[in-house]
Amino acid sequence: MLILFCPYCGVKAEETELAPGGEAHLKRIGPDGTAEEFEAYLFARKNLKGVHFERWRHAYGCGKWFLAARDTHTMQVYGTYKAQTAHATDDIVANARQARPEWVPDWPQASEAVAG
Amino acid sequence: MPSRRYSVFAIAREALRQHGGWTRAWTSPEPRDRYQVVIVGAGGHGLATAYYLGRNFGITDVAVIEKGWLGGGNTGRNTTIIRSNYLQDPSAAIYDKALKLYETLSQDLNYNVMFSPRGLIMLAQTEHEVRGYKRTVHANTLQGVATEWIEPARLKELVPIINIDGPRYPVLGGLYQARGGTARHDAVAWGYARACSDMGMHIIQNCEVTGIETEGGQVRAVNTAKGRIGCDKLALVVAGHSSQLADMAGFRLPIESVPLQAMVSEPIKPCMDVVVMANTVHGYMSQSDKGEMVIGGGTDSYNAFTQRGSWHHIEETVRALVETFPMISRLKMLRQWGGIVDMTGDRSPILSTTPVGGIFVNCGWGTGGFKAIPGSGWAMAELVAQGRPGPLAAAFGMNRFREGRFIDESVAAGVAH
Ligand SMILES: Cc1cc2nc3c(=O)[nH]c(=O)nc-3n(C[C@H](O)[C@H](O)[C@H](O)COP(=O)(O)OP(=O)(O)OC[C@H]3O[C@@H](n4cnc5c(N)ncnc54)[C@H](O)[C@@H]3O)c2cc1C
Repeated sequence: MLILFCPYCGVKAEETELAPGGEAHLKRIGPDGTAEEFEAYLFARKNLKGVHFERWRHAYGCGKWFLAARDTHTMQVYGTYKAQTAHATDDIVANARQARPEWVPDWPQASEAVAG
Repeated sequence: MPSRRYSVFAIAREALRQHGGWTRAWTSPEPRDRYQVVIVGAGGHGLATAYYLGRNFGITDVAVIEKGWLGGGNTGRNTTIIRSNYLQDPSAAIYDKALKLYETLSQDLNYNVMFSPRGLIMLAQTEHEVRGYKRTVHANTLQGVATEWIEPARLKELVPIINIDGPRYPVLGGLYQARGGTARHDAVAWGYARACSDMGMHIIQNCEVTGIETEGGQVRAVNTAKGRIGCDKLALVVAGHSSQLADMAGFRLPIESVPLQAMVSEPIKPCMDVVVMANTVHGYMSQSDKGEMVIGGGTDSYNAFTQRGSWHHIEETVRALVETFPMISRLKMLRQWGGIVDMTGDRSPILSTTPVGGIFVNCGWGTGGFKAIPGSGWAMAELVAQGRPGPLAAAFGMNRFREGRFIDESVAAGVAH
């Protein structure tokens, strides 16, 4: 059973307590978006075999959304973090790199992460 | 050398020779350095694509490249339900084409795929489902697909072991397709593989595709564990790994990969000669020829590539089925396994050209593509041979997500099957 740490409640939650919300950090497209941008926002997913950032809701706990970095191949959880964060935190990146040295984050490295 | 024809005479002849004369059903050649068509993925859909390329279009300079063993993906892991009672017209057309091809597939391939049209019932256990399935029956009537709505009493006659007045969700009726049923999954893959091999095609197993070479927006070759293999046309038919192959070619697909699991019980005496699916409570069951109860349930709700699945889904499925079929409560389960299914937003497949010239994709069959194998292979062969979709594939292009032309089958595909 998948167990994730809820960064709001500070407790470990089993997957039956959680509701999955799919890929994290998608940028919402505004009214001026092109058909291609809307398609990408709504349907195109990275669907990575490896380090994956995703949304979860602590449905039977605090009810809040948080984010998780999980390996879709090994099921290892690299860490969870609050939803008001632009990118995964540095310690999560370090955990992921330790398990997968070839993996590099696909966002600019000087971390702009805002603590939530 | 083409394999020997299987027949009752061949069995008699071999019986007299202590079965020393059977030859291998397909060859395992080393790859050549180029083929006219390379197909990635030797599951049912990849092999059927190859077969109909040869049979319908005379294209036999074909290699099917497989990273594991043929039929070892979802094709060899599925619960083999075959039906064509979908809602939308394009779905009815391709699934019913597949069902019709299944009806004569053993004869066409000279290989017994054990197609068993034993009938299939989808239970309606809420008012909403009653209305949904009645609507499907009407749609099927217009499509020329014979299905009927049956009342609980008739259902109980067809499935004596069912509990129609279950405590949580009494059975209010069912959507019945008498032509639906099951087939032997491995045999479908093996039968197509043998026929492809007989036409001189190469099936190359244990050979992972690791890269795709393009030049000026046109496919040139694939890089594999056994070296570079050139091709004029490339068909990607890899189910759960479609996003990975698309990434190698530099485009994205509206696909997410999730585990779906199934299990079988110990074998028992014949007790149920139809397939029963219960979408509200999430479970379905049929009895195999060996007597095992074959059971499937829901997909995991998050992306993963482990062919295993979540424990609580097994619990959920079994709980639902014990309520529906109380007599199975003491059965022991023999095996449990998972496959990685490729889900699209509208629960319909993708058969499509791609942004790269010469590359075609067939994926998105999700939890229900075994039933479609012959029809999908037929339509995909047409797409690959002619470079544009024929009537069966036309509606399933990947641009439909951009254009908002969805083929919504979320009701028909309600439970994984
Ligand atoms: C538990 C379960 C139950 C199911 N029950 C039903 C059912 O009852 N009825 C029904 O109609 N459908 C059912 N399905 C769905 C059905 O199994 C699939 O839709 C169908 O088998 C897909 O066939 P395929 O040929 O596209 O994929 P697969 O059979 O998965 O074949 C794809 C192949 O591509 C290979 N591959 C992947 N990556 C590479 C690479 N890089 N290089 C080379 N090869 C590669 C894989 O090894 C695999 O063999 C079920 C699925 C599961 C998992």
